[in-house]
Amino acid sequence: MAKSKSRASNEINAGSMADIAFLLLIFFLVTTQISEDRGLLVKLPPWSTEPPPDLRLNSRNVWSVLVNANNELLVRGEPTDIKALRSKTKEFIANPRKEVDKSESPTKAIVSLKNDRGTKYETYLEVYNELQAAYNELWNEAAMKKFGKDYEFVSTTQKREIRDEIPLVLSEAEPTNFGEEK
Amino acid sequence: MSKFKKKKGNALPEMSTASLPDIVFMLLFFFMVVTKLRETEQKLTVFTPKATELTKLENKSLVSFIMIGRPTAKYQQIYGTKPRIQLGDKIANEEDIPLFLEKHKSSVPEGQQAGITTSLKIDGGVTMGIVTDVKTTLRKAGQLKINYSAGKKEE
Repeated sequence: MAKSKSRASNEINAGSMADIAFLLLIFFLVTTQISEDRGLLVKLPPWSTEPPPDLRLNSRNVWSVLVNANNELLVRGEPTDIKALRSKTKEFIANPRKEVDKSESPTKAIVSLKNDRGTKYETYLEVYNELQAAYNELWNEAAMKKFGKDYEFVSTTQKREIRDEIPLVLSEAEPTNFGEEK
Repeated sequence: MSKFKKKKGNALPEMSTASLPDIVFMLLFFFMVVTKLRETEQKLTVFTPKATELTKLENKSLVSFIMIGRPTAKYQQIYGTKPRIQLGDKIANEEDIPLFLEKHKSSVPEGQQAGITTSLKIDGGVTMGIVTDVKTTLRKAGQLKINYSAGKKEE
């Protein structure tokens, strides 16, 4: 009895060691992949020293969004909740009921975003995200209607076709100096 | 012939897997070391906000990173508590951004330089003042493709 016991403990079974090490390895592989970079892709307008041309825009085509230093949202002069921003923006751009105070057509719609220097970045990005989401949803709907696919899956030429119909026009005004951190 | 067969069967009753853990551990350590080496030291606290409309940054060698945030407790004595900019592993000012971008650009093959994206890792609690200044600098430097780094928001 004692003899057989000592023989059994002669070597430790290292077979499970590999499994443990694999587990650790996979854990590290997965956790390092999580930190991959995602974000909101934005194209900035080129810098020019000339003053912008004085365009007279029909005010019905402009959707002005203001975020002040207290992180409050003002859409066309009315305080608005951020949760309603996406649907309201979509309605403004597409204007399905042809209302007179909303854009004539998606190609003429201009979204104008303005913030203070004291606006929190978090709020700014949230608003930007909602505006981008409004466009993304409209593109998606257009792609569904025309090609029966999500916008993500249509071809590049089809994407261009949709974007010609509903161009993303998001202009950012120079921020005002309110609430600057000292 | 039969003699040879018999010998083989006796010599290898089962394959030894004792070296397998060593190989795997080697791989593990390799990954641990490599992933640590590539990160630069964070001198700023940066918690990027959450968003839904995200795009993945595909080619990492075409991305230059600019961080904006408040210095961590360790560096507050040197750099204060106001939001600062970090380029690479150095705390810098806006004036240093064009040179930083140029340096990164020269490391990219000429044919791919049009695809360079600047990823802005900005703390959610920072005000837009410094962000606007950085954006203006980027516009002046002609680096127009930017990416506001953000985490995925669960809905």
